[in-house]
Amino acid sequence: MGKTLAEKILSDRSGTDARAGEIVIAKVDLAFVQDTTGPLALRQLEAMGFKSLANRERSIIFLDHAVPTPNKELANDHMFLRDFAAKMGARLSDVGEGICHQLVAESWANPGEVIVGADSHTVTAGALGAFATGMGSTDVAVALALGRTWLRVPESFKIVVSGAFKPGVYAKDLILHLIGSIGADGATYKSLEFDGEAIETMAMSERLTISNMAVEAGAKVGLFAADSITQEYLTSRGRGQMFRSLAPDADAIYERAIEIDASALEPTVAKPHTVDNTALAKELAGTKIQQVFIGTCTNGRLEDLAVAASILKGRKSHSGVRLIIGPASKEVLLKAVDAGYIQTLLAAGAVLVPPGCAGCLGLHQGVLGDGEACLSTANRNFQGRMGNPSAFIYLGSPATAAASAIIGEIADPRQFFV
Amino acid sequence: MPEMLGILRGRAFKLGDDISTDHIQPGRYSYLRSNLPELAKHVLEDADPSFVSRVRPGDFVVGGNNFGLGSSREHAPTIIKMAGVSAILARSVARIFFRNAINVGLPVLVCETDGIDDGDELEVDLGRGIILDRTKGIELSFAKIPDVMLTILNEGGLVPYIQKYGDFKL
Repeated sequence: MGKTLAEKILSDRSGTDARAGEIVIAKVDLAFVQDTTGPLALRQLEAMGFKSLANRERSIIFLDHAVPTPNKELANDHMFLRDFAAKMGARLSDVGEGICHQLVAESWANPGEVIVGADSHTVTAGALGAFATGMGSTDVAVALALGRTWLRVPESFKIVVSGAFKPGVYAKDLILHLIGSIGADGATYKSLEFDGEAIETMAMSERLTISNMAVEAGAKVGLFAADSITQEYLTSRGRGQMFRSLAPDADAIYERAIEIDASALEPTVAKPHTVDNTALAKELAGTKIQQVFIGTCTNGRLEDLAVAASILKGRKSHSGVRLIIGPASKEVLLKAVDAGYIQTLLAAGAVLVPPGCAGCLGLHQGVLGDGEACLSTANRNFQGRMGNPSAFIYLGSPATAAASAIIGEIADPRQFFV
Repeated sequence: MPEMLGILRGRAFKLGDDISTDHIQPGRYSYLRSNLPELAKHVLEDADPSFVSRVRPGDFVVGGNNFGLGSSREHAPTIIKMAGVSAILARSVARIFFRNAINVGLPVLVCETDGIDDGDELEVDLGRGIILDRTKGIELSFAKIPDVMLTILNEGGLVPYIQKYGDFKL
């Protein structure tokens, strides 16, 4: 009987014939923490009596959620993390380098690996064919020390996407549509495996957006096969030699198959306060917003800024809207400057924040006021997420965000595509 | 085969569906994560601001569907436990939250919670897998926790488990 992607990867990394429903102990190829989950992880590591890391070269501490630090408590946390990295020989990604998941994709993740991170959006690396999943601080501490973890092999859903994306419609709309239809608990404990003609030709940047949001349907991982696009991406990142082809077996067993026609998708928005509370952008016309945020691990890449810049070029964001741009990494920022996107966005009235998580999780750089509404390209819109339980967060693609910034209301971006 | 042993008794704090990790530990307080007692003062603040002052040791948090959806922040079940809650009951639980709760030694019992109301007196027999709502006179069973997690829970959480065994034992 054939294997799904999840079964293949976990079989390989556990040295067993791993099947859905079984518990395995798998080697961990990359383990990381970020600045708001790291301090607890490192304290627990010490509490458990561990004195060294299993694989220092593949243990990373990312400073990204509060950069530069907005208060002394977080500044002290950063100091603790830097000290620890130096003492234990772990890698440190310091203030300004970028968001952990973006950097993991740019520099670290490879097909077939098991990756654990103390952040739920660790699933992002599934776009590269890695079994990448988020865990709590203590679990990641054990993974850092032992180089392995226990995992339940998930059942898999096959998401087959046929057709082609129409102008103004993107991967963000696809994943929001999927989560809206199966629900925020529609894929709890499952592996989402993406396939079909629209997936086979999909650029890595868009794949990362989709994998990033797998957790918002409750999934353990969101996986893509490792194909020629994966190989091109890895080569462009200087690690082409890490490519290996990875695909599910033709006779693999899936618990559920969901078919989506990309040609029928329209710009989609998640309304407050859950990711599965979706509607079409055009249905929300008239909804006033006071802030637009284009960035995050979901949609803060060069390609996302390019889309936003193409819509905002020669236009201005609405006078009642604060347009905040957060490139997901330093490299994205530098390339966006080179390409002229930052100039375009600033000229349109945008405000630039450093490469990092920015206002996504409510600590700084765009906290909302009472009753305010924000259209964000992030992955989560829970009540209070951006720092104020009396505010409202809508999620959409960079195109929807840019269009909305111009109109001052939630807007369908297709009106800007002629 | 590991078992959970003991009888837990307390009041139910009934919450609705979709209690997220932002309801449990609001993001705006994340800068307090290295000061857990201070962070714990804000537990469930955005779901029920009166929770932290009303909860008594031994009480239960009772939710509906998809309890704990969202973030991997282990701080969420940690501060619920610090409030003295002895177990979480819910119709369904998000994956990362479930594993984190077990890791901090907080039992999570998946059962039909629709009939449990706020303030009901509950008695939970961990060994027999039974929940008795003494106020309503109804008896419920909860879903078995996988053996690997039960062993961790019975040691009091992942830290004492690792202190004892040094590694994962399947």
